[in-house]
Amino acid sequence: MRETMMKETSLIFETSQPGRQGYSLPPCDVPEIDLKQLLPEDYLRQTPPALPEVSELDTVRHFTRLSQLNYGLDSGFYPLGSCTMKYNPKVNEVISRFDGFLSIHPYQPEETVQGCLEIMFRLDKILSEITGMDRFSLQPAAGAHGELTGLLAIKAYHTHRGESKRTKIVIPDSAHGTNPASASMAGFDVVQVKSNSRGGVDLTSLREVMSDEIAGLMLTNPNTLGLFDENIKEIAEIIHKAGGLLYYDGANANAILGITRPGDMGFDVVHLNLHKTFGTPHGGGGPGSGPVGVKKDLIPFLPKPLVELRNGQYVLDDDLPLSLGKVRSFYGNFNVLIKAYSYLLSLGAEGLREISENAVLNANYLLHKLKKLFLLPYDRLCMHECVFSGLNHHDQGVAVLDIAKRLLDYGYHPPTIYFPLIVHEALMMEPTETESKETLDEFIETLYSIGEEIKNNPELVRTAPHTTPAQRPDEVGAARNPVVRWKPKIR
Amino acid sequence: MSRYIANTVNQQNKMLQEIGLNTLEDLFIDIPKEVRLKQNLELPKALAEMELVDHLKSLSRKNWSLEENACFLGAGVYDHFIPSVIDTLISRQEFYTAYTPYQPEISQGTLQAIFEFQTMMCELTGMDVANASMYDGASALAEAMLMACQATKRQEILVARTVHPESREVIRTYAAARGITMREIGYSNGSLDLKELESHITSTTAAILVQNPNFFGTIESLREIGEMAHSNKALFIVSADPISLGILKSPGELGADIVVGEGQSLGNPLSFGGPHLGFFCATQKLLRKMPGRIVGETKDKNGKRCFTLTIQAREQHIRREKATSNICSNHALNALTATIYLTILGKQGLQEVAYLCLQKAHYTLKQIESLKGFSPLFTAPFFKEFVVTTPISPEELNRKLLAAKIIGGYSLNKTYPELKNGWMIAVTEKRTKEEIDSLVQRVGGIR
Repeated sequence: MRETMMKETSLIFETSQPGRQGYSLPPCDVPEIDLKQLLPEDYLRQTPPALPEVSELDTVRHFTRLSQLNYGLDSGFYPLGSCTMKYNPKVNEVISRFDGFLSIHPYQPEETVQGCLEIMFRLDKILSEITGMDRFSLQPAAGAHGELTGLLAIKAYHTHRGESKRTKIVIPDSAHGTNPASASMAGFDVVQVKSNSRGGVDLTSLREVMSDEIAGLMLTNPNTLGLFDENIKEIAEIIHKAGGLLYYDGANANAILGITRPGDMGFDVVHLNLHKTFGTPHGGGGPGSGPVGVKKDLIPFLPKPLVELRNGQYVLDDDLPLSLGKVRSFYGNFNVLIKAYSYLLSLGAEGLREISENAVLNANYLLHKLKKLFLLPYDRLCMHECVFSGLNHHDQGVAVLDIAKRLLDYGYHPPTIYFPLIVHEALMMEPTETESKETLDEFIETLYSIGEEIKNNPELVRTAPHTTPAQRPDEVGAARNPVVRWKPKIR
Repeated sequence: MSRYIANTVNQQNKMLQEIGLNTLEDLFIDIPKEVRLKQNLELPKALAEMELVDHLKSLSRKNWSLEENACFLGAGVYDHFIPSVIDTLISRQEFYTAYTPYQPEISQGTLQAIFEFQTMMCELTGMDVANASMYDGASALAEAMLMACQATKRQEILVARTVHPESREVIRTYAAARGITMREIGYSNGSLDLKELESHITSTTAAILVQNPNFFGTIESLREIGEMAHSNKALFIVSADPISLGILKSPGELGADIVVGEGQSLGNPLSFGGPHLGFFCATQKLLRKMPGRIVGETKDKNGKRCFTLTIQAREQHIRREKATSNICSNHALNALTATIYLTILGKQGLQEVAYLCLQKAHYTLKQIESLKGFSPLFTAPFFKEFVVTTPISPEELNRKLLAAKIIGGYSLNKTYPELKNGWMIAVTEKRTKEEIDSLVQRVGGIR
């Protein structure tokens, strides 16, 4: 099997045979009219799009082979920091495929979609309780989309209060790149603040940038270093005193479930990534879901519509005159919402707390066992993930990139590397609660043996991987001379 | 211990001991006491798997599924046939549980599939380049608008009122945030009013945004609109129905600079409105200004062809506040669905689906317009959707049709109040003559 995987895989277009067909459609059962009588000739396509012509078996073999070139969560350990690659329960996949969920049109009369609306209504309540917020919009399609939505709610709030001069969003230097990118899309200017020696927000720097132009602060807590900012109450006070609002980037909320709540820390707006913390699959890059929760004062500004319960009937309310508008069509990634709802119901309050306890325990176990091998930029307890800074011993010219690539040969998905940007040679690991001590021990052992390889045979690591279907693609070349589509060879 | 947690209590204790802690509680000492939860969250109690399935099954039964009701509702989301191979293939864990393909060595499956998706989208739309997907058609249009404003360094856009009302709302939200002025251009006979467009376009217009076929199902005069845009150095943005591109001339051939659209029709279930996917294509010139992930072909260290995420210098994780967009996760699995759909349908199948929609929609209109009190609102050419006026309110009509297990058309009363009692009917290849005749018969019998 391994051997065949090493061969180049044909593109589906390259396996195409003119005249071959894999579909079947019933004959036209209505009286047919000549095309040219239905549409002006000038509207009609002369050359059909060059789509593949393949059989059903060709299709199945091709995509099965492609899947075999991938590494999924069910393939093995996936300690990708900041991505919360926990197990995606199968029952949620089954449930989300019920006809009564899949085959529902978003514009059907409300009385025919009561089940959908009930799930949305209940999920809003559950997420509100978990985060200490008053209301959620389930509309945003992903985490970054949630950030944009939350920031627009903050903007609408200030504008409504006659404070449109508040045009600045404060973001710590440890933040994800999406934070400043979202702030910019929402029309804000970004003010960056430094981190202190414990990895938290530097309070002095924060105080210095406060003014009546500050709209808010975007904060991840635990932050991207995997550390909980102990000064959170002071931070909240500084922002609120200046008239700003506090935004919680809850993309990775796996450490706080049933432990602490953004609402209790003083946050006004929160977004969550259901595809991280709440067990819905990542899909190889989406679809996700990024609901946004707010405190009472901000509810009127949420995207429309919201689901309400009136006289025993669930309804979609779009009579929200102060709403920030819509950020996408319809009501959200409903099919992802079902999976998260199902996940939450399978756990309950105690189950959720156990998730965070075990996620944090697993991360600290890795941190503790690996600190002899890697430098630890902040030697303190971590939350759901831990961040190292390159090798503890002489690196022999081996970069963390090489270590990541060598892990591929051992059958692991590597940790996140070179993020957060403020850590030199960053190596960020998030084991999640669904992994066992045995899995962690094996992983730790593997890393130590790679450490030995670096001492004895650094070249082996520097040139890794040696066993994967592709090895060190030329990324620079790809970006310099972009080829982003296939074209038939000219004969 | 709750479901999905692997460590036993014994293992937990061993691990705590190694770390040098006594209890799980000690892991959280960095969290100030005053913000620690003192009691359990108030949540519904945990359900065992069979209780969970029963609960969700009963919720799903409160919905009226299109499997049991004939659907003539469209308005942006369509009940097309979905071949069985799709779910079989996208249910492979290597596809659906994987992360974004950051590690190309072990993500060639996702990367190559996206490369094939990009190729297919370019073929359909007649454009040079495509990205890996967007959230949906509406947000893709909004991102196209932002890109056009950046590319032209202009801050005003003209949007046809024949663009989907929800898309226009999304564009309005995105435009307002960036201080972009959005003007809506009206319609006549169900398509963009070219005279009104001409009187509004100026040298400050960044782009003209249209949808084709438009919200009413009518086919727009893309060539003329494109020429008008270009003579004012504005960009021409088209949101296209990908199924229609099986028989309609591509927007690329007609002068579009950016072509986006809603890709739900390509094998994705309706799912109460999401997740679907947006596609995003452009001319070569605009490649480096595009939002979102792009996959490129390259060679690995052994000279073998492979694929990788590329031109990442546009993206948020590198450019931060200067990125072309904040999008990271897109709708990769839905794009994979679309890729498999277009593979199995292929060159011939897509044309055939489009042809069936076209014939059946025209047959349906012919039958309905023969009924007393019903008449088409527009006479312009249309594809799979059309608008008629009804003698009673469309809402009431739809309610009566429900009793016959028919999901009726979209009422324009709320979004286009000037088209009083406008009823928009969509007919896909899935609707049989029997279902169409039954609709017509029921409608004819209602007074």
